[in-house]
Formats: sequence, structure tokens, C-alpha cells
Amino acid sequence: MTDLGELYQQVILDHNRNPRNFRTVPGANRHAEGYNPLCGDRISLDVRVEDGVIQDVGFQGSGCAISKAAASLMTAAVHGKTTAEANELFRAFHAMLTGGPNAPGKLAAFAGVRAFPARVKCANLSWHALRAALEKIGEPVTTESPSD
Amino acid sequence: MLDTVSVRADFPILAREENGKRLVYLDNAATSQKPRKVLDAIQHYYHFHNANVHRGAYTLAVEATEAYEAGRTAVAGFVNAWAREAVVFTRGTTESINLVASSWGRTNVQPGDRVVVTAMDHHSNIVPWQILCQEKGATLRMVEITEDGRIDLSDFGRALESKPKIVAFPYVSNSLGTVNPVAQLTRLAHAAGAVAVVDGAQAAPHLRVDVQAIDCDFFAFSGHKMLAPMGSGALIAKPALLEAMPPYHGGGEMIERVWDDHATWNKIPHKFEGGTPNVEAAVGLGAAIAYLEQLGMDRVAEHESALARVAIERLTQIESVTIYGPRDHRAGVVPFTYGDIHPHDLATILDRDGVCIRAGHHCTQPLMRRLGVAATARASFYIYNDVDDIDALVSALRKAGELFGVPA
Repeated sequence: MTDLGELYQQVILDHNRNPRNFRTVPGANRHAEGYNPLCGDRISLDVRVEDGVIQDVGFQGSGCAISKAAASLMTAAVHGKTTAEANELFRAFHAMLTGGPNAPGKLAAFAGVRAFPARVKCANLSWHALRAALEKIGEPVTTESPSD
Repeated sequence: MLDTVSVRADFPILAREENGKRLVYLDNAATSQKPRKVLDAIQHYYHFHNANVHRGAYTLAVEATEAYEAGRTAVAGFVNAWAREAVVFTRGTTESINLVASSWGRTNVQPGDRVVVTAMDHHSNIVPWQILCQEKGATLRMVEITEDGRIDLSDFGRALESKPKIVAFPYVSNSLGTVNPVAQLTRLAHAAGAVAVVDGAQAAPHLRVDVQAIDCDFFAFSGHKMLAPMGSGALIAKPALLEAMPPYHGGGEMIERVWDDHATWNKIPHKFEGGTPNVEAAVGLGAAIAYLEQLGMDRVAEHESALARVAIERLTQIESVTIYGPRDHRAGVVPFTYGDIHPHDLATILDRDGVCIRAGHHCTQPLMRRLGVAATARASFYIYNDVDDIDALVSALRKAGELFGVPA
């Protein structure tokens, strides 16, 4: 069970059970949808950005423990950050999942996903939705490639 | 029950280990594993008989043609087709249904017509009809299912009142395991003036199919779910219908004569087999049928029902498990959820114990919406599975329950 323990760390199980910021955001001025049609994971992300700072962020949707916990921890990590800092976290998280060093803080809990290639798309769906929201890309994002 | 020890010995892949554990393959509704006899038949074909079919004047080409057509004879016998000519080789169920929608559908469906499918159909028996209806300005009507996962016969009756041109339904549901009363549904469809299209993907591998007894007009199935290679399968159709239908793909093989500006068509079934066919698929399918017939399809069905009964009984003992589908009239497909653990997490956790199950919507999104779930986990059995596999499934599930803190 050790590698399963690496994947399903307590912090991930906790955020799956009690997702933070699982709500809509009043006065949100950024929004994005994420959807992985093959596995059915869905996220709807609201962000309120003022003067380049993420003042509030929340998500709704359904998915596996990895995708739900990733969304929850992401909202906690980017809350109060500038959009530039959020983009930097996106890059750090993405780098970690593709074999790079651990992302800062609690985001490092997802390092174990590297050993489960089929689940990487679950961990980064919310992050791609965040980037789409900040860049005001209207189209829903997906992290399933056609080869999945 | 089948002698699974000797059956398992015929499947090279079952000797491999997954994370140091015996491979417990429970995703047979998605695809089956292949026995050595099928793999050997394909290799033997390429070692000794490979040539293009139906055209060479040399011995090798004659042998290749014989091998290909022997596959057709095997399929015809296996489903009790009306004739050898009733068997059109395709890439599988999806292509078979698209062939019917494209050829029979485009010729016969007019604006304002109705096409009927059921809420338990696989996307491959829904989307081709949606495309046809959109193109023709026809309406697709989806028949509801009952609380316990059967086709709602009173809604089926109501749908037939609109005199649809086509009524399509699955023999066995890939998401619920329901075995539908296909002969009865066909009779009702005919009485309403429709042709009946049976999706046999989950039936042909698992029970004795008799298309003449069902009296359906079209029967589609895939070889890869019944020990044969990927890309094998067939459409079985009443020969008179095939005669009247326009071709599906234009090209070599399907023509009689080609002039500058038009062509005439080859006889059925070749009219529908444009281009060089997948001969190895036909050879593999023939070998798969021989293997299954040696076991006996009645015994295969009995074996899988018995496993499904045991699985349901064991899974029911886990407090937070919900099982979907009817209690009886079901095949060896057991869909379930476990507390609030997402099925994808279950599949990942079970995989660590070498247990392969399916998680997701199983290409049945309209059904999932009706069940009120985004996804289910699904264990599906075949001839090489035994009670030990169910024990492995249950013990891996208990581990998942422990990890997620769900009552066992």
C-alpha cells in the first residue's frame, strides 16, 4: 500500500472529503469550465480578480478524489496571490507532475501522482481551468489528450 | 462451472503479474483476452497463406480466400444466420450499426420519421441514429428504463405508437448487465412496421445467439469481446434487406463492373465489403468461435451467470456497496459504486492488487443520467474468471474502503 499511500495522502483524502472553496464566487469576473469527457470529471471555476490580485476563488463540479482535492488545494494556494504568482504556481505544479521538483507547500502532496500516469489529467484539470479563467479563454478546457 | 484452470492455461496474458500480483482481469465487457489458438491461427495464416482475397489466380490467393470465407461460415453458424450471405464483415459493432444507419437508414428514413432507441443503449447504438435523424429531419425517441434496470415495456409500447421506421436496442446492456427479451421487442417493432436492430456486442460473446429465432432484421457484434482480434466483427442481416440496400463504402471488391461514370455492385455480402478486407480478423474470429463452441455457449452463459450471482452476493455483504441492474435476467456484468469513493479511485486502488475493472460512464451517458450517477465501477466476467477472482476483487475493495474511511 506504500505507493497508494503516496497517491492518496491524508491531505488529499481530507480535501476530497471536505473540499475548500466549494462554492460560487459573488462578483466573479473570471470563469472557466474544465471537462474530461472520457472520465467525466467536471469543474466550474469562479475567480474574482481586482488590481491583478485573486481576491476570491471557488469551484464546483464532480470528479475523483485526485481532481477534487487538486481543485480544493489550488483554490487555497492561489487565494490572495497576484495572477503572476498564480501562473508561477501553475508552472511549478505542472513541472512536478511531469517529473520536476515538488511544488511548494501542500501542493507537494500531489508528487505521488507522477507514479500513476493515468491520473495526471485528474490532478491538473483545475489548474488548466484556472489558467483559462485568468487568460479569459472562453472554451472549456480538457486535460485528456486524444491518445487517452 | 467451467474448468477455469485449463481455460486459463490457454491464455498467455493471464500468466503475467501486475504489481507482483496475479492478473485478475475483470473488464471483459470492454474487451476479452485472446487464447493461444486464436493467436496461433492468425500467425499460421501469415506464415503460410497470406495473399489478397477474391482476385488472385494463384494457389496462395485461393487459400487466403478460403480462410477468409471459412470465417464467414463460422460466424453464420455461430449466430444461426439465414445464410452465409447474411454475414457482412465489419470492424465491429460500431461499424455494423453505422452501416445500417448509413445504408438502410439514409434510403428509408424521411423527414418527420421516428427512430427509437433505449436509454440503456451504448453510444454506438445512439449516436449513429442521432446523426441519421439530424441529416434527415427525423426524430429520435429514447425509451425509458424501469427502476430495476430493464427496458420499460409500457414506454416501449408508447414509442411504437408513432410508427417508427427503425427500433434499435441492446441484447445485453453493457452498463447494467440486463438481458433484454429481444424476440419480444422485435415482434413488437415489426408489428409497428419498423425494422429491428439488435446491438449484440454483449450477447454474442456470452450466450447462444439465434438471429432466426429472434427474427431481428439486423444484428451487430464485435469479435474482440469474444476472444477474436480487435477490428473483427460482423453485421448479420436478412439477405432480402441487404439486397435492397445501397453500398456503404465504394471501392474495389464491392463492384461488379465499373464504367467511366457509374458502376454496378457485387453480390451480397461483398457489396458491403469495399477494399481489402481484414483477413486476419476473419481467421481469428473463426478460431475464436471454434474455441467457444468447444466449451459450449450454454455452459459459457451458465458459468458467467454463476459468477455474477456470487459477485453480487459477496459485494452485497459490503455495507456501502450499491449494485445496479436487475436481480435476475442478467449476464456476467456487475456495475456498482462503493460509498462516495469515486469509481476512478477504486479502479486505481484495485489495480495495485492486479484487479482490472472499468470505471466511468461506460459509453452510456444517457443511462448514467437516469441512474443519477456520474460514473460506476464495473466488474465483468468471462470464461477464465473464477471465484478466486471475485475474492481478489472483494479484498481489494475492502482495502479501498479502509483508505477512504468508508464502512465495510
